[in-house]
Amino acid sequence: MKHTLTALVENKPGVLNRVVSLFRRRGFNIDSLTVGRTHTPEISRMTIVMEGTELEAQKVEKNLFKLVNVIQVDQLNGKPTVSRDLALIKVAVNSSTRSEVMQLCDIFRARIVDVSRDSVIIEITGDERKIESFTQMLEPLGIIEMVRTGVVAMGRGEHRLSPEGYQPAPTSNGKTYKSVL
Amino acid sequence: MKLTGAEIIWECLLREGVEVVFGYPGGAILPTYDALTKYPQIHHVLSRHEQGATHMADGYARVTGKVGVAMATSGPGATNMVTGIATAMMDSSPIVCITGQVTTSAIGSDAFQETDVTGVTLPVTKHNYLVTDVADLAYTIREAFHIARTGRPGPVLIDVPKDVQNAVTEFVYPEDPIVLPGYRPAEGATDEELEQALALIREAKRPLILAGHGVIMSGAMRELQAFAERTQTPIALTLLGKGAIPEQHPLCLGMMGMHGEAYVNQAIQEADLLMAFGMRFDDRVTGNLDTYAKTSRKIHVDIDPSEINKNVRVDVGIVGDLRTVLQQMTPKIEPLKHDDWVEQINEWQDDTYKRDIINRPAKNRLYAAHVIHDLWEYTGGKAVTVTDVGQHQMWEAQYYPHERPQTLVTSGGLGTMGFGLPASIGAKIGKPEEDVWAIVGDGGFQMTMTELGTAMQEKVAVNIAIINNAYLGMVRQWQEFFYEERYNATPMVNPDFCKLAEAYGIPAIRVTRREDIKEAVEKARAYTDGPFLIEFAVEKHDIVYPMVPAGADLDDMIRRPSATPDMV
Repeated sequence: MKHTLTALVENKPGVLNRVVSLFRRRGFNIDSLTVGRTHTPEISRMTIVMEGTELEAQKVEKNLFKLVNVIQVDQLNGKPTVSRDLALIKVAVNSSTRSEVMQLCDIFRARIVDVSRDSVIIEITGDERKIESFTQMLEPLGIIEMVRTGVVAMGRGEHRLSPEGYQPAPTSNGKTYKSVL
Repeated sequence: MKLTGAEIIWECLLREGVEVVFGYPGGAILPTYDALTKYPQIHHVLSRHEQGATHMADGYARVTGKVGVAMATSGPGATNMVTGIATAMMDSSPIVCITGQVTTSAIGSDAFQETDVTGVTLPVTKHNYLVTDVADLAYTIREAFHIARTGRPGPVLIDVPKDVQNAVTEFVYPEDPIVLPGYRPAEGATDEELEQALALIREAKRPLILAGHGVIMSGAMRELQAFAERTQTPIALTLLGKGAIPEQHPLCLGMMGMHGEAYVNQAIQEADLLMAFGMRFDDRVTGNLDTYAKTSRKIHVDIDPSEINKNVRVDVGIVGDLRTVLQQMTPKIEPLKHDDWVEQINEWQDDTYKRDIINRPAKNRLYAAHVIHDLWEYTGGKAVTVTDVGQHQMWEAQYYPHERPQTLVTSGGLGTMGFGLPASIGAKIGKPEEDVWAIVGDGGFQMTMTELGTAMQEKVAVNIAIINNAYLGMVRQWQEFFYEERYNATPMVNPDFCKLAEAYGIPAIRVTRREDIKEAVEKARAYTDGPFLIEFAVEKHDIVYPMVPAGADLDDMIRRPSATPDMV
């Protein structure tokens, strides 16, 4: 089954490499991995979706936790969660199919963000299943190219991931600590 | 105080209590070597190869419990360290490696002697750093030592570009607490975990402790013995767990696993409770996981959360420092008796032929098992032994009982041939008052025998015992058992090891008969001006018994042939 993990990591160059290297050498199968900054500039947040057993998900969680630059890890499975994926889809259109595409966009609450003579780019946000059923509907019309961000996820309400008193280390010169890796 | 990066490195090492650094200079680390002339408090040991320097730091760390330090230049100097770093990683040995790097502006340009060392060593270090600002240097070194020695120890590498070593900055040693938000080593067990563990312990009729390297690293020897005695629980040891409890202790069964005694493995298979203390269920101790210890419930205490349920599913997993956990647990458990179980194991024990091997007539032959046994006898069982990897390593584990922790240094996890000699040099430098013996095979010795030069130059009074069977013996054994005796690429044509030693000014003796072992060992022990080498020319086709073939069931062992006077 699919497992969603989320992690707070120090926002330092090379940290993504450490995480990816860990997955590769331990043989973990990752569906998607997203990373971006949080409201605290020194901290980034990752969402990792993986296929595997509960035991394998625990192994990923524990090994992530072992990395020195990983501050917190949590498994979101079984917890109330909001998860979103964003896709940009370029679809071929002509005068006869354009309105059908627009109708589909309405139904799926997707947006057309670029229009050219023989194609449109559609932006759609939602959970993975919604995006997959949308692409299934578009397929007969001719998908030219497609890009997805991968899933980002967050626990609802009281369920939160916090860096527990994180503070960036100062240097002997009093500057903010920056290690370039 | 204005200091260069190079000077800051030494200032920080001094504050970490570093007295000796093992290394090899080169272009990108030269500023640091030059600055060393201002720090006579730190002794530099020049290895003959950077791999040797890391093994020396590792050996030093394992016998002293302190962090070993190795230093090398960029590119090939650093890549030569990789085997030593991986060895330390697999055996959780605390070392800090400092490597020079090309100047910051040249990084990424394929400059002369440039290698992405933090990239190369990422999977084999506990953590690593590339320092690009001299202002970060002191903090980084302090963090590196902290990470190397705390939690589950391991190697940490710091890569320092040449311009950072030359840069000048105001040096203020950071005294405030280390801030590492993502690094929080576990401490003790929760009450709930303790209760769950205690419930299993109270119910058990056939409990068994599996003691590993973690016992020694957490300093839990006394706690382990107290717990085992209070609950009358026998203890089986991993290879790196040797020394966790005196091996002559009545509750100590000896080594488990692929070359453990059959009764130890049988006890594991028939126990109803396994308590794994600071060990990680390596495939060399479990054999086939599908049939491993099916009748028992399991408690696993380890400081590394990722070890719990990694290879073997356990009923109670406690992430914590073993010493703390045992201190919490022992007072809570009432004294328990397991006389029948202990009796049963003793009965199985009588069934093995170890004693017969030791007593079998030599008949003008020299058996490696006899060499190790006699070495144990003539060193009073008190030596620090440092082995290489292969048959001699297993014979050492079988025939040299250790009474104290940190007296067996061996590459268990990575199985690094070539580890023995350099690690023994590091061990002797770390504990000069100990009787340190490198016990090496002819194969592994020749991988790093270049370090004889280091031992000579530093007058390191280590005793070197080469168990020479003119074969890569362990591989030959596998060929005999599993490849229909096709001895391909295992016979070795060796140099005259005694003459080789002579070239280095190292006194050497060749022993070919059992009755000559005593005198040779005594001569080696009496010689304290530098290294001493003994070549034991042993039987070529000898085999390490018993053996669990790789992947077989733990109790499906190839046993020692029953003792007949003529057996080989």
